[in-house]
Amino acid sequence: MHPKKEQLDDAAKLLLAELEQKELTAKDRNQIPLQEMPSQDPRERIFNMDEVALGYTEAQVRIEALRCLQCKTKPCIKGCPVEIDIPAFILEAGKGDYARAASIIKESSLLPSVCGRVCPQEVQCQLYCTVGKAKKDVEQSVSIGRIERFVADYTREHGLDEVPQVGADTGKSVAVIGSGPASLSAAADLRREGHRVVMFEALHKVGGVLVYGIPEFRLPKEIVNYEVDILLKMGVEIRKNYLIGKTRTIDELFKKDGFDAIFIGSGAGLPKFLNIEGENSVGVFSANEYLTRSNLMRAYDTNNALTPIYHSKRVAVFGGGNVAMDAARTAKRLGAEVVSVIYRRTEAEMPARREEIAHAKEEGIEFVFLHAPMRIVPDEKGRVEAVEVIRCELGPEGEDGRRRSIMVEGTEHLRPYDTVIVAIGNDPNPLIKATTKGIETTRKGTIIVDPSTGATSLKGVYAGGDIVLGAATVILAMGQGRTAAKAMNEYLAAL
Amino acid sequence: MNKIITKKQLSAEVFEMEIEAPEIAEVRKAGQFIILQLGGEFDERIPLTIADADSVRGTITIIFQAVGESTHHIALLEEGDHIANLLGPLGNPTDVRHYGHVVCTGGGIGSAPLFPIVEAMKAAGNTVTVILGARTKELVIMEEKMRAVADEVIVVTDDGSYGEKALVTAPLKRICETAKVDCVVAIGPPVMMKFASLTTKPFGIYTLVSLNTIMIDGTGMCGGCRVTVDGHTRFVCVDGPEFDGHLVDWDNLLLRMGTYKTQEEEAHHRCHIGLDIKEGEA
Repeated sequence: MHPKKEQLDDAAKLLLAELEQKELTAKDRNQIPLQEMPSQDPRERIFNMDEVALGYTEAQVRIEALRCLQCKTKPCIKGCPVEIDIPAFILEAGKGDYARAASIIKESSLLPSVCGRVCPQEVQCQLYCTVGKAKKDVEQSVSIGRIERFVADYTREHGLDEVPQVGADTGKSVAVIGSGPASLSAAADLRREGHRVVMFEALHKVGGVLVYGIPEFRLPKEIVNYEVDILLKMGVEIRKNYLIGKTRTIDELFKKDGFDAIFIGSGAGLPKFLNIEGENSVGVFSANEYLTRSNLMRAYDTNNALTPIYHSKRVAVFGGGNVAMDAARTAKRLGAEVVSVIYRRTEAEMPARREEIAHAKEEGIEFVFLHAPMRIVPDEKGRVEAVEVIRCELGPEGEDGRRRSIMVEGTEHLRPYDTVIVAIGNDPNPLIKATTKGIETTRKGTIIVDPSTGATSLKGVYAGGDIVLGAATVILAMGQGRTAAKAMNEYLAAL
Repeated sequence: MNKIITKKQLSAEVFEMEIEAPEIAEVRKAGQFIILQLGGEFDERIPLTIADADSVRGTITIIFQAVGESTHHIALLEEGDHIANLLGPLGNPTDVRHYGHVVCTGGGIGSAPLFPIVEAMKAAGNTVTVILGARTKELVIMEEKMRAVADEVIVVTDDGSYGEKALVTAPLKRICETAKVDCVVAIGPPVMMKFASLTTKPFGIYTLVSLNTIMIDGTGMCGGCRVTVDGHTRFVCVDGPEFDGHLVDWDNLLLRMGTYKTQEEEAHHRCHIGLDIKEGEA
């Protein structure tokens, strides 16, 4: 039986009353059960786009906070890319002072309501948690991310967030390219310093991957819009429908528009394909396209949206990351009867978050491990009819530390599908590289920066996020945005 | 917000709009396109080739056919109304240079984006012959503008109601046989571009086509616009929109263009409401 939020809350209230009766020892804290995240029943949620994880109740968050041992060494902090003072905010959350908890997080992270939802805590802060270590199970660690989400949601819903103070006008202006996590955090820190900040976004909505990539059921767009509104209230100017490299080049932003510095956070926006036979058949989509149709263009709302999305019965998703999970779960919600994730290794090697894999399984997504697609077979009308796959075995560890998959010859066979979604990653968007003389990039096309400052090979030009990292996480991108903003503030002060 | 300065109805389903977009007007080159979105939560992003631009007035001109629900919505806008989202210029400019004799072939609405290319080819010192094709007289567009620039303009209609009764491939083949042609530019429906390319292939004449495929962002992000060119996958938005017509896999392109055909047909029935267009008239 899927537990209802009310049931979890009732149990939590009873337990909390009990816990509040006594002075807790470390042993007592260790015995407090992990609070389960309330979620929509899988049987219902596959018919809607609403958020799956419903968020802790107040009783749950208080209990979960009490599980924290407040270690003197604070091991969790070293797992956090932006070094949030985790024990400090959990202590405040445990006392019920959510506004104080949120403000501690916001000293280090601009978007706690986003990161609380999409950060892979199990490989970051929660990996180092003493509680999880003691129980030899990272899933038993204190649920730092869920507490973060609760306090951020609480302050948002109760109108307790304050617009950050903006310094006196410095007379300097900065262009921020892109409006994803790296750019949002860079823009906030630059504006706080008193610079004029103009953010340029190519699409007609602001938020980058947070709006076009991550589905509503994992990150409601209302939250992204709320965070963007705060930037607007701080006086950040946003120019949508503006493609740097086309409407204006980097050089022109300096010479024509007089910007003093530029931050590039244009992301990894060029989908990779496998380059196998049949990949241009009708019914083969990049995950970017599929998710953009659904998320940015709202194509899932078939009664209202003007952008169409493919009607599928049997969907194959290639890849094993979070984007593959998002695509598979979106396809399910759009009415596909069978959705298979085809992945060449096993579940243990999947880069997707455990939580996302678990959610996908609950929703009836099928996992075809140790199989690799060889070609896509179209019917006489050019539409996908089947995927030829080959069985794989795990070999020794490769350079990336993951075990390699080795194809077993002679095991090729067809699996029937009408739709294929390719979710094997993105290359950096080549536009800025192609139109900016002298900017140094790697062979892969990512911009080369000094990791301690985000400075590129061009004076006054900084970069961060996926355009530097390849394809990483929201929190890493945010961290890079902040690092660059700090260096840019110093650079601008010296101008 | 981009204000609509002028609006003209060129034929039953074809509209011309001059829209305020100073930054695009300043830098756009022949062959490039824009994407527009009307601003509603559910509105589509629509790629349209820039038919003309005036950097002094700060405007661009688009010419479009109201064929789908979204283009019908644009057609309902009037002078003084605004288009919320306009992105551009996108894609690579036409490879304009001194070829010698250039034959520019426009089919239907494709004659609109052809115009800036004719101008640019002429400015680059080429002799330019223009072939304009349409189903019927009423649908022939850009003729006067073309006559003002090109060395020669040939008009053909499917039904013979104006000019020669022929498809564009007939005069194209004739010119290739009788004159020295150094480059052909063909813009129009995919089928027309396919046959124009097949026509010039035996003569070995370099043939540029401008593809208008399914597309969402127009910046390389979605890959919905991918086409097979010379056996390789290319993105129309960032690698195109113009390609060597002899190397394009037309059959694959035509199939991909029909990805949402059944869904769009359903929508089309709804979309004529409010417009003075009868089904099947245009």
